[in-house]
Amino acid sequence: MSIPGLSRSHIRERTWPLLLDAAVFGAVLAAIYAVLTTVHYWMGVVTPAAHISRSPRALPGYAMYSLVRMTVAYVLSLVFAVAYGYLAAYHKRLETVMVAVLDILQSIPVLSFLPGVMLAMVSLFPTRQLGVELGSIVLIFTGQVWNMAFSFYSSLKSIPRELREAADIYRFSPWQRFLELELPFGVIGLVWNSIVSVAGGWFFLMACEMFVLGNHDFRLPGLGSYLQRAAGAGDTPAILWGLGAMIAVIVLIDQLVWRPLIAWSDRFKIEQVESSAAVSSPILHLLRNASAVKWIERRTLRPAWERLTVSRPGAARPAPGPRRVWLVRLAQAAGLLLVAAIVLYAAWQAFEMMRSVTAAAVSVTLEAAGATFLRVIVSLLIALLWAVPAGVAIGFNPRLARVAQPLAQIAASVPATALFPVVLLALVRFGGGLGVGSIILMLLGTQWYILFNVIAGAIAIPSELREAADVFRFTRLQRWQTVILPGIFPYLVTGLVTASGGAWNASIVAEYFHFQGKIMTTLGLGAQISSATDSGNTLLLLLSTIVMAMLVVTVNRLVWKPLYRLAETRYSLEG
Amino acid sequence: MAEPILELRAVEKFYGPAQARIQVVAPTDLAVYPGEILALLGPSGSGKSTLLRILSGLSSPSSGQVLWHGQPLAGPCPNVAIVFQSFALFPWLTVLDNVEAPLKARGVPAHQRMRRSLKILDSVGLDGFETAFPKELSGGMKQRVGFARALVVEPEVLFMDEPFSALDVLTAENLRGELMELWLGKKMPTRAVFLVTHNIEEAVTLADRVVVLGKNPGRIRTDFRIRIPHPREHLDLRFHEAVDYIYRVLTQPDLVPTPQPEAEAPAAVAALAAHAKYPMLPHARPGGIAGLLELVNDRGGRHDLYRLADDLALELDDLLPIVEAASLLGYLTVQEGAAEITPEGRRFAEAGILRRKELFKVAASSHVTLIRQISRALASKADHTLPDEFFRDLLDEHFSEEESGRQIETAVHWGRYAELFDRDASTGRFFIPEETAPSAGDEAAGN
Repeated sequence: MSIPGLSRSHIRERTWPLLLDAAVFGAVLAAIYAVLTTVHYWMGVVTPAAHISRSPRALPGYAMYSLVRMTVAYVLSLVFAVAYGYLAAYHKRLETVMVAVLDILQSIPVLSFLPGVMLAMVSLFPTRQLGVELGSIVLIFTGQVWNMAFSFYSSLKSIPRELREAADIYRFSPWQRFLELELPFGVIGLVWNSIVSVAGGWFFLMACEMFVLGNHDFRLPGLGSYLQRAAGAGDTPAILWGLGAMIAVIVLIDQLVWRPLIAWSDRFKIEQVESSAAVSSPILHLLRNASAVKWIERRTLRPAWERLTVSRPGAARPAPGPRRVWLVRLAQAAGLLLVAAIVLYAAWQAFEMMRSVTAAAVSVTLEAAGATFLRVIVSLLIALLWAVPAGVAIGFNPRLARVAQPLAQIAASVPATALFPVVLLALVRFGGGLGVGSIILMLLGTQWYILFNVIAGAIAIPSELREAADVFRFTRLQRWQTVILPGIFPYLVTGLVTASGGAWNASIVAEYFHFQGKIMTTLGLGAQISSATDSGNTLLLLLSTIVMAMLVVTVNRLVWKPLYRLAETRYSLEG
Repeated sequence: MAEPILELRAVEKFYGPAQARIQVVAPTDLAVYPGEILALLGPSGSGKSTLLRILSGLSSPSSGQVLWHGQPLAGPCPNVAIVFQSFALFPWLTVLDNVEAPLKARGVPAHQRMRRSLKILDSVGLDGFETAFPKELSGGMKQRVGFARALVVEPEVLFMDEPFSALDVLTAENLRGELMELWLGKKMPTRAVFLVTHNIEEAVTLADRVVVLGKNPGRIRTDFRIRIPHPREHLDLRFHEAVDYIYRVLTQPDLVPTPQPEAEAPAAVAALAAHAKYPMLPHARPGGIAGLLELVNDRGGRHDLYRLADDLALELDDLLPIVEAASLLGYLTVQEGAAEITPEGRRFAEAGILRRKELFKVAASSHVTLIRQISRALASKADHTLPDEFFRDLLDEHFSEEESGRQIETAVHWGRYAELFDRDASTGRFFIPEETAPSAGDEAAGN
């Protein structure tokens, strides 16, 4: 017999918080275990080429190692992005240089950083595993940091003048200004760019965990190397296991980290009126209501926040005296000089090295660049061909959108590189080469950017415009010409820019692959960069990297920038 | 007279690079005295906001001195607050956190912060809204939070930058009333209020002293006291006189104002230098000019500007450019606060759309320098086109970059209406439309 007044829902209500707290404690314990294991392993004797097991039993451990690497790399990226964005936004003299540098760094493929990064890190910690691990982490970092930095920089630049003035007139301390104005203003951009960046991290995980550098073999235990080894051995079940593990980790992270973050960041939207559609996250709801979390927040976050944002009483901040200004100037000048010296030295070294480049190497590189360029274009065209009609159909049809959008999101979150072994298996069976295969890989990685942007664009077309098309009985062609294509144009341009950047980057993994004990390769700039890394040919690596960066930057300037301007002026739906 | 709290001495402000700097504020002296509400009035571009930002220490003058109780000021003023036009609330902070933020900057401990903020919120009628976010509030409620945040620091001077202009008429009226209640009832510790506005009635309703600015460059044109007791009635004759006087000063940019009847001691009347300046195109659309002329014509050819603003339900900032444009084109003359239509103006007002365009074309090309320059430059080129940077560079010598842009935009509207020239939106090039008369005329008639 049940006790009166204690119905089932009552019991659930009472036990829920308990379960939640238990879950939170479990998560904390798991995190501590992961940290301890990792620290133990990192501080251990260096084994650059670990044995990678192909047994599915090894997968949880590998997943943990990969996750730790990704987390550390992400935290590094976040800190760097915020610092870089801050410096670029507030130093008039540095601004132009820093933004231009960002533009170029963004166009340099991950693998081109590999030799430099690995050599630096390994020589920093020659006896510990830490050196090799840091190398891999910094590699992941180089793949994800730039767009985050750019996002934070442009957020800072777009803070409304009156909000800034409010912070000035009420004399916020630098910390209060940062925590209550600048960071909140940049949060939404940072969250969305983090998602893109981390997806990029998964994409290059295989390349960052297992590689050959001249005559050194580097194999770090992780999901990426597991997949590579499985592919190298042509072990289909292992490939599928690895793929499954990776998808599971990604879906979990999406649910446990990104969705709650997106829902939480909703309050930082700078809008005058409350919008009706908000992202909901049950996990965030649970976290907010777990008493353990509340307790931790009360004990740690809130006092810390209070300490940082509240100025010391009576601490009038006098303007820095002439002596301090002078000192600050001196320090800045010294810093600039140091950076300039390093850059000059590196440029000189590169120049010295480039002097031994032969005409033959240049012509091969250009030919390869042409081949990759063509592949990028073909993959973009194919993506356009299917993603535009599909995206418009989904965007115009809410019922279809409800079904298709989550599916597309899951499909998009699977890193294309992880799917590549599966694609290659099929390709080998049907007798195709890597020339075609690499286009498929580029397509796998980049089509989603176009699809999602087209969906967003189609949703943004005002229904009055579509109704006008109905009323005037537009033909199908007319409808596409006058309503749909101009309407989605700005979004399409954004999607294409991201997609083409992704395609260039993907060429490195797509055109050169260790598979079933052989190296599959095809003519292309990506293949050249990969093989140059493998064989330790720094000269060729430098040459092809410069060519690729120049190509990407030139295409940005000549094609995408004008298209952006057109989208902003002629095809903007405002006004 | 008491010592001023804040004082500007020969303050000037320039924008742009040293070689091609634009003067936005001519040398200006201005003092804020304890116990007064000072309203700063002026057309857009007269440097109202710039002066507010210099006085509050947000921006520094290009030359001249800012004194705070006789001491030179460096950086934001130690004890002032600003109520902003756009509210400038932090959208991610609750109402309470927004009000507490300035206290945090002063290092007030948590419990005191909470107590003071709640008290202030209570006094502006916001109790119960502490945990709401700004986006959940209406415009009027948001500005109440803005007031609470400003008053919580007990500022010596309260600056207000067009605080009511983003609100609807009723809400603004209501808030003004409540502000006066706090001020007259000495319920706020503030010693002076500095209000920037472009609403003449607002200035006359609230202020003890009104300073009217002129533009090109910004300068003080008249500075006088209003001694009508509060609450001030709009029907009061003295109220009407004050409003009328300000209108007269504002609508005659070249007039040296005679002192207003009630003006007294500190009322300085600035003499005007005859500027040999590049004439500025008033930002009015041809459609607006036509509407104004029709209205004046309907009212017998002469109408008080004050009533005109009422009839058209226009703010001063919107009406003045139209009046200026009409007089620039020779359609209207302004005397003693009244607009009188000229014979050309009457002909324009009574013409049909096609004839109007022709008249406008003649008037614009003979009276308006910029329009004439553009059409001549285009005509002299073999292909009849020029990039808009060409004209922009020309204007940049006389105006700020932003103003040059606006001048170009207005010129495009006028040129299109007159069918003198047009601009391609995607290339930004000016051109003379092919075979202007018949086809373009049809299109215009269709509008």
